[in-house]
Amino acid sequence: MNWTHKDLLDIESLSIEEIQHIFHTSSRFIEINSRSIKKVPILKGKSVVLFFAEPSTRTKTSFDMAAKRLSADSFSLATSGSSLKKGESLKDTVLTLQAMKPDVIVMRHNLSGSAGFISKHLKCSVINAGDGWHAHPTQALLDGLTLNQVWHSNFTGKNLLLLGDIAHSRVARSDIKLFTRLGCNVRICAPRTLQPSGVDTWPVKVYNNLIDACKGVDAVISLRLQLERQKAGLLPDIREYASRYCLSRHHLCNAGPDVRVMHPGPINRGIEISSELADSKDSLILDQVESGVAVRMALLFLYCTGNKNEQEIQED
Amino acid sequence: MATLKITNVFLNDQSGTLIIKDNTIDSFVQGRMSLDSSDNTFDGKGCTIMPGLIDVHVHLREPGFEYKEDINSGLGAAAGGGFSRVMAMANTAPVNDNSAVTKLMLEKNQVHHPYGPYVHPVGALTRNLQGKELAPLAELKDAGCKAFSNDGLPVQDNELFRRAMEYASDLDMLVIDHCEDSYLAADGVMNEGRLSGYLGLKGIPTTAESMQAARDILLAAYLDTPVHLAHISCEESVELIAWAREKSIPVTAETCPHYLVWDEEAVQGYNTLAKVNPPLRTKKDVLALRHAVKSGVISIIATDHAPHADFEKEVPFAQAPNGISGLDTALSICLQLVRDGVINLSDLCGLMSHNPAQLFGFPVNRFSKGDPADFILVDMEKKWKVTSESMLSKSKNTPCLGQTLQGRVMANYIGGQKVLSRLDHS
Ligand SMILES: [Zn+2]
Repeated sequence: MNWTHKDLLDIESLSIEEIQHIFHTSSRFIEINSRSIKKVPILKGKSVVLFFAEPSTRTKTSFDMAAKRLSADSFSLATSGSSLKKGESLKDTVLTLQAMKPDVIVMRHNLSGSAGFISKHLKCSVINAGDGWHAHPTQALLDGLTLNQVWHSNFTGKNLLLLGDIAHSRVARSDIKLFTRLGCNVRICAPRTLQPSGVDTWPVKVYNNLIDACKGVDAVISLRLQLERQKAGLLPDIREYASRYCLSRHHLCNAGPDVRVMHPGPINRGIEISSELADSKDSLILDQVESGVAVRMALLFLYCTGNKNEQEIQED
Repeated sequence: MATLKITNVFLNDQSGTLIIKDNTIDSFVQGRMSLDSSDNTFDGKGCTIMPGLIDVHVHLREPGFEYKEDINSGLGAAAGGGFSRVMAMANTAPVNDNSAVTKLMLEKNQVHHPYGPYVHPVGALTRNLQGKELAPLAELKDAGCKAFSNDGLPVQDNELFRRAMEYASDLDMLVIDHCEDSYLAADGVMNEGRLSGYLGLKGIPTTAESMQAARDILLAAYLDTPVHLAHISCEESVELIAWAREKSIPVTAETCPHYLVWDEEAVQGYNTLAKVNPPLRTKKDVLALRHAVKSGVISIIATDHAPHADFEKEVPFAQAPNGISGLDTALSICLQLVRDGVINLSDLCGLMSHNPAQLFGFPVNRFSKGDPADFILVDMEKKWKVTSESMLSKSKNTPCLGQTLQGRVMANYIGGQKVLSRLDHS
């Protein structure tokens, strides 16, 4: 498949075929990642800028490792070192970066729409590594890849529950778009204060009781809770939240027989998911991390090489 | 006695000549008129004649933010948009909470536009717009302020707002309130609803406006003291105002051209040019506002002209300042409502000229003998493209940038003086 997109900003812009192509490409990189020498030279000479205007250790490390395993040069620009703090506008910052001729800019930013904003001003590719509450397409793709392996590429009719702070979650927004597109029935479960406005127009079933939400479910993705939501008046306290929404084994008694649990991390154990469940055989949390590196390798490969022949992976 | 004749114009669908004597309206003579060579005449070229527009809500940015707009450029845009008077809000730097700032604005007007358009400063209701203590309202009135408002930073303290209304009424001055509960609106950047949830942006619920509108209405009823509600954006507020007017509570309200033609869809793609406060709402709200201006529940259309430099709008949505530059395009946008049959041209003259003049004590031009010769010539068919060149405001932040509008102000007369002409003769 020729890859014709310039940027990866959100899930909406990908067709089902393109999503499956990303899964397919990623699975080859999973194989490479299981070798003893995990480095291939296919992106030698390519430059990837990791521009993280909002701190994130795991996503940045995942992209960094993905770039290095493909032999691309990666450069990091973090908030503390960036001139954004000195009052330079985002536009000027990214134009400066572009002048250094990178092939891809991976950006994390705390404001919704910022990845789309910079993409309008840049000729190089932009991969959105999370913008505000809007989108986190690479997380959704790695969640999708993880379940693609478990479910053997069959998503149709599977029941998937997203649990927790949906309103402020870019992961939830991107996961909902990805999994509904793949054919899953998506449910959300959250207190009303953490449901997005207009949720009745979303293609999801809404629950506020976790036992009901888990009935017949095939996978649950528990989301990270920002502890400051309590101070914002959205929750009485974290303990009460945990008593109602912390996913544990007993919620899953009526779930599907092979129910799996996931979490984008980092986990607040005992608040979003019980420690026992997070470490259980039903947990895919570490598989998600593994999928993450492979998906990001696939994306860097597709966005750096564009429409080049995919056989290159094998030739190299 | 100087006489001026504007020939070949339409007034109330009648073709004829407008005669101005001593800088006031003398008469309108239907049909062709034989002209004396000594007559001072101007060929109106088939334009429609309307009273000079009055905008009760603009931001001219001077002093303090002259890179966005200054009094000279803002009044230039007003002239081009067909306005003879504009009322300028107090959120300058320094804030217009003392006579020195008021006088500076009036002096700049004299220097740059001595024949108009005229700026009428609106004084701050509270010192430095802090909402903590009253500004020296009598001093501001004496210096030339026409009303008081904390626009942009509405007073949350109900007791203080009540006292402000009382004190202003002693001075026979009107309080203009930007209705917003700052807790409900906190950190919001667009209308709260389906689209804000989809885009992942913090929303501003309609109740942030309507609850404050309800407060103001109840205070106006309790004190039997008038209040004017600025830039109303949603259906709930309209319903409350309709209720108040039915009960003869002394409340008046304005809305803006942008709330009558655009809904929240305009912010799709994180379009910062459509970021305004209050935010663009839903189709339902647009329809409610159209009905409100048609039925007279909302009696004034004001622009809330809020110019910003392009680099300030070229940022991620949440960081962009609120505001649409409105003076250049207001009339053309509203003429679309006339073509759509929402209102007729005489309604529009009421909404954009007669009603604001009456409410704030400016002379009203109904083209009767002795009325002020403040009028504009409008080419109803003329199509023009909104570009940075065709806009006279320093700032070009409007969602209709790049679009073609129909209906163009071709000349603007204030007090019988021509302050703008786009007709190609001397
Ligand atoms: Zn305002």
